Amino acid sequence: MELKLIFDKPKTMTDTKTHYCPGCGHGVLHRIVAEVIDELGIKDRVIGIAPVGCAVTAYDYWDIDMCEAAHGRVAAVATGLKRARPDAIVFGYQGDGDLAAIGLAETIHAANRGELITIIFVNNATYGMTGGQMAPTTLVGQVTKTSPKGRNPNNFEGYPLRVAEMIAMLEAPVYVERCMVTSTESVFNTKRAIKKAFTLQMQGKGYSFVEVLSGCPNEWHINPVEANRWIEEEMTKFFPLGVFKDKYPEIK
Amino acid sequence: MKELIKGNEALAEAAIIAGCRHYFGYPITPQNEITAYMAKRMPEVGGVFVQAESEVASINMVFGAAAAGVRVMTTTSSPGFSLMQEGVSYLAAAHLPCVLANIMRGGPGLGNIAGSQGDYFQAVKGGGHGDYRLIVLTPAYVQEMIDFTILAFDLADKYLIPVLILTDGIVGQMVEPAEFPKDYKPNFYDKSWALTGAKGRPKNVVRTLWLDDYGVENNNIKLQQKYARIKAEFVMYEEFMTEDAEVILVAYGTPARICKAITKKLRNEGYKVGTFRLQSAFPFPEYRLMELALEKHVKGFLVVEMSAGQMVEDVRLSVRDYKPVNFYGRMGGVLPEERKIIEYTLDMLKGKVEVN
Ligand SMILES: Cc1ncc(C[n+]2csc(CCOP(=O)(O)OP(=O)(O)O)c2C)c(N)n1
Repeated sequence: MELKLIFDKPKTMTDTKTHYCPGCGHGVLHRIVAEVIDELGIKDRVIGIAPVGCAVTAYDYWDIDMCEAAHGRVAAVATGLKRARPDAIVFGYQGDGDLAAIGLAETIHAANRGELITIIFVNNATYGMTGGQMAPTTLVGQVTKTSPKGRNPNNFEGYPLRVAEMIAMLEAPVYVERCMVTSTESVFNTKRAIKKAFTLQMQGKGYSFVEVLSGCPNEWHINPVEANRWIEEEMTKFFPLGVFKDKYPEIK
Repeated sequence: MKELIKGNEALAEAAIIAGCRHYFGYPITPQNEITAYMAKRMPEVGGVFVQAESEVASINMVFGAAAAGVRVMTTTSSPGFSLMQEGVSYLAAAHLPCVLANIMRGGPGLGNIAGSQGDYFQAVKGGGHGDYRLIVLTPAYVQEMIDFTILAFDLADKYLIPVLILTDGIVGQMVEPAEFPKDYKPNFYDKSWALTGAKGRPKNVVRTLWLDDYGVENNNIKLQQKYARIKAEFVMYEEFMTEDAEVILVAYGTPARICKAITKKLRNEGYKVGTFRLQSAFPFPEYRLMELALEKHVKGFLVVEMSAGQMVEDVRLSVRDYKPVNFYGRMGGVLPEERKIIEYTLDMLKGKVEVN
C-alpha cells in the first residue's frame, strides 16, 4: 500500500517549538500566515516585522527574513523596509498594546499614506507579554491587572478601541477585515482574509489590514475552550466580525 | 568650482552624492532646509522622501530602510533628536548603518531656534538606553558639512553603526563657498546581512532581543569591541597654531571658528595662543590632548562651548590633572563673547590657574 502525505508543516514554519501558552491564538495565526506565504510562493520575497509583545520571537518560528521593531513602531519600520525594497512583500504582526496604544500614531499614518504593506493585528484584549494588563481593546468590565475592578469608562478608563473600523474610515486603505480563530470555519475564513491582504499587496493595490480576535486564556484566567466561547459570545459583541472596507471585492 | 551654499543644503546634497536615496524626516527649525531640499531633490534622483508623522516615526523608518541595507538618513534639531533616542538605541543595538544629523538649537525644553551646543552629552554619551555609542562628527564649515556627510555614510557602512553629524544651527544656516566632490564612489561594503527576502540563502533576522542568559551580554561585547576598533582606527581634529602655544582654546562647531579668529588676533599681538578644534567627538581626540598637556610650552586649556560645559568634561578626562582646564560658555543659543574669551586667555597666559 502506498502511503500518501496529506498533512504537513508549512515550509515557512521552522521546527522550533513555540513558547505560546495552550489556547493562545498566536500559534494558530503563525501557521495560517505560513500557509498563506507557502501558497502564494513568496517565501523568498517576504519580510516580516515582529512586534514587542508575546510574538516578539516570531522569527524563530517563521523561516523568512524578519526584523524586530521597538514597541509600537512596526508600521514605521515596515514603511522604511517597503520603501527600500519595493519588490518585497512586507507585513507587520502586532498585538493590541503594540498597535493600538503605543503605536497608534504610526499605525494610522502608515495606513493613511497607503503604504504598500499588510498589517496583521492580533487583538487579545490584554497585554499578554507583561502579564495581563489593560489594553486599549480590553472590554468594559473586563478584569485585568491594571483594571482590577473591571474596565470602567466612568472612571476615565475609556472604551475598547475599534481599530479596524478606525482604519476603514481612512481613504487610502484598500482592505480591512476583522476575523477570529476559534473554530475550523473561522480559521479558514481568517486564512482567506490574510491571503487576500497579501495578494492585494502583491498586486500593488494598497494598504491592507486584518484584525484577528485571539485567545489569551492564561491572562483571562479561563481555559482554552471557555476562551473561544468568550471571543465568540463577548468580544464579537463589541468587535463585530466582517469586512469594513474592500476596494477590490473581485480579488479573492 | 566653489559655489555659495547653505550648510543645511550642503549636507543634503552631500547625502545624495554619497548615494543616499532614502530620507525620512519631520520639519523642525533650524534644519528645515534639509527636509525641504530632500522633498524636491529625492524624486529627481529616483529616491524616496517621506515626511514622517513624528521623529519617533522617522527614526523607525530609518531603522526599516537600514535593515533593508540601503543608505538612509534622517535629520532633525534638538527636541526632535530627543524623540529619536529610543530608535537610536535600537539602531546601535542592531548594528545598523545610517546617518543622522542634529542641527542643535537652544534647550532644554522647546528652547529657541538659535544655534546651540547643549546636546553634546546626549550625542556623545548615549541619549538612549543601554551601553552604546555613535560615531559623532562635528563640522564647523559648510565644506565640512559636505565632506563629513559623505564620510559619515562610509563610516556607517564600514563599522555598521549610526553616524551622527552634530553641529549648531549657525553652521546649518551659514552660507559660504564650498565645493562638492566630482568623482565620489563608495567602496564595496558587505550587506549580506540585510533583509531582502531570503532568496537562495538562509533567512536573515535583525534583532536586539535575546532572552537566553548571555545573548545580550554577547551583543554588548560585540558593540564594545567595535567601539574599541573605531577608537583605534579613527579620530579627527584640527590644530591651529598649537605648535608652541601656551594657552590652547578647545572648541567645536561655531565656537571653534571664533576661537580660531581670536587665536590669529592674539598671535598678531605676540601672544602664543592656539586652537584645538574637534572634528569628531566620538572618538574623542583624547591621546592628542594628553600629548599636548604634557608639552612644556602648554600652560593650560580654555574650553569654549555654547553650553553650560559638556565637552569640557571629556577634555578634563583627557588632560587629567596635568594642566589646568578652564571653561567659558554661553547657553540657550547665545554666542560666547570674544571679549571674554580674550580676557580669560590673557589671564591664563599670565599664569592664572583658575579663570572665569
Ligand atoms: C517602550 C516600551 N514600553 C513598554 C514595554 C513593555 N511591554 C512589552 S510587551 C508590552 C505589551 C504587549 O501587549 P500586546 O501588544 O497586546 O501583545 P501580546 O503580548 O498580548 O501579544 C509592553 C507594555 C516595552 N517593551 N517597551
